[in-house]
Amino acid sequence: MKSKSRSLLMRRLALHAALTPLAIIWLFPLWMMFVFSTMPDYGIFNPDIVLWPSTNFVENFNVLQTETNFLRAMFISITVAVIYTVLSVMLTSMAGWALARYRFAGRSIVIAIILGTITLPFAVVVIPQFIMVAREFKLANSWVALIVPPLFNSLGVLFMRQAFSMMPSELFDAARVEGVKEWRIFLHIALPLARPTMAALSIILFLASWNNYLWPLLINSKPGMMTAPVALGTLIGITKVSWGGIMAGAVLLTAPILVVFIFLQRHFISGIAAGAIK
Amino acid sequence: MAGLTLTNVVKRFGALQVVHGANLEIADGEFVVFVGPSGCGKSTLLRMIAGLEDVSGGEIAIDGTVVNDVEPAERRIAMVFQSYALYPHMTVRRNLSFGLQMNGNPKEDTERRIAHAADILQINELMDRRPAQLSGGQRQRVAIGRAIVREPQVFLFDEPLSNLDAELRVQMRVEISKLHKQLGTTMIYVTHDQTEAMTLADKIVVLRAGRIEQVGAPLDLYDDPANQFVAGFVGSPKMNFLKGRVEAVGGGSITVSLIADPSVRLTMPVNSMPAEGTPVTLGIRPEHFTDAGAGNADLKVAVDVAEHLGHTSYIYASVADEALIIERPETRHSGHRQDFTVGLPARRCFLFDADGQRLR
Repeated sequence: MKSKSRSLLMRRLALHAALTPLAIIWLFPLWMMFVFSTMPDYGIFNPDIVLWPSTNFVENFNVLQTETNFLRAMFISITVAVIYTVLSVMLTSMAGWALARYRFAGRSIVIAIILGTITLPFAVVVIPQFIMVAREFKLANSWVALIVPPLFNSLGVLFMRQAFSMMPSELFDAARVEGVKEWRIFLHIALPLARPTMAALSIILFLASWNNYLWPLLINSKPGMMTAPVALGTLIGITKVSWGGIMAGAVLLTAPILVVFIFLQRHFISGIAAGAIK
Repeated sequence: MAGLTLTNVVKRFGALQVVHGANLEIADGEFVVFVGPSGCGKSTLLRMIAGLEDVSGGEIAIDGTVVNDVEPAERRIAMVFQSYALYPHMTVRRNLSFGLQMNGNPKEDTERRIAHAADILQINELMDRRPAQLSGGQRQRVAIGRAIVREPQVFLFDEPLSNLDAELRVQMRVEISKLHKQLGTTMIYVTHDQTEAMTLADKIVVLRAGRIEQVGAPLDLYDDPANQFVAGFVGSPKMNFLKGRVEAVGGGSITVSLIADPSVRLTMPVNSMPAEGTPVTLGIRPEHFTDAGAGNADLKVAVDVAEHLGHTSYIYASVADEALIIERPETRHSGHRQDFTVGLPARRCFLFDADGQRLR
């Protein structure tokens, strides 16, 4: 017994010894982002790299806020991410439920098309999508343009379809025999049982919206309607780049996501595993 | 309460036909068991009665009304599933009340029904637990309770005991039997376990490959099987089958010899007379062998294994390459590879033709 626990300890030590340098490599840029956000621009470009934070964060933030109205952009980003996540989870759940549980003509074709859209890079659709939203629907610089076009998420549909397919069909048959209407079966039985998957999907969708740069840059470039990543990008000018301000913005953009991730990492990881393995 | 009629019921999944024109009459209050091997169509037939599968052809009538196009909920049936199908995120109380609440049943009536079901099944102390906090037997009770609160005309059970251990299965079997006596409602029960069928049923329906092979009371099927399949399926341990040949025909009886031991000859009365030399199968149940000399012929077998259960022994033996199971009361001396002679009583033997149909 003693030798067994000893070998377990040795294995753990070896594992930690191998993983710690990797963790440092990955965490180092994040730490330096934080350090740079507290330095004046000349400090960032100092040939002697300083590894500890300075005291210039408020000044950097003031530059950021003055030049980009960053708090407004953060408000837009959060609002868009929340609305997008809620609506997208609702839509993908309904689509996933239909594809998992109902047999209808053309079902496999629909699934194939959805699956096909995953393989299309966003760069392929971005121009036609921009023309449609901006020119045809005249929705540029609006909330709708930010939220609606990315709303249909094929990965989310397949994610939810998988979750509903895994549930025993006898549960729903039992409810049908009891006379429960289809939409109530979905609402009262299927959705509560899919809660862990929905939580994982919510995190993924929230992150996708929060980090989205290209589409908001194209469609909402008017000051006052920019999302936070787009606003942050405007600090990179042709003649002047405010690195301290950019780093302060990057810290503010990263912090909420880190907090969310730390609290919900269990759901996040289980959701990824559910999609990958089951 | 209600009776049920199946008229020429057919089920197809695409080109595959899984139920071939089932005809059946189930009387009001009867306990009917559908039994058969896996894939015989018994569960599909039950699901068609429940309305969970469309009927491809024929008619299903409950209480005289054709229900082919009636929604499951409007058939006044309740179903208990193999996996219990309890809603895992709801308490037992909510599991029982959910269907009634969703259909707008008055609260007082729902409470009354739940209390009644809980009393019958003695699950009062489980009401605030979730399914995960219940044992297999308790879950099964709750599943039955959920059926009882619907106050259905017909109860449908789809292999409800197959997930339970052997001891609990016997216990629940008795309870379901009691429940039937108490409620007096028509019950249709699907199982692949012929012991369950024999002990529970007023009437057994034996199915094979989507066809009803025989319908009858349990002992009628045991005593008078219509064909070799039913004879082999009903009874435990199953009936022994020995290959034979018609040696002589005449005087309302035929004489059959065994291929494995042509010296063993039995003369049996039959109405249909096959030609001499026709191959037949002789069936005899393990418990119907007699002591050597007490039957109409003696059969010498080589004992492979003997299981002594105290009150009885099962002797796994062979003659030529045909395997046999022999049940003998308190035979404790039969060991491996011993020769053993048993008697074959002609009146306890069955004859089947090459197609497996009974020769009577």
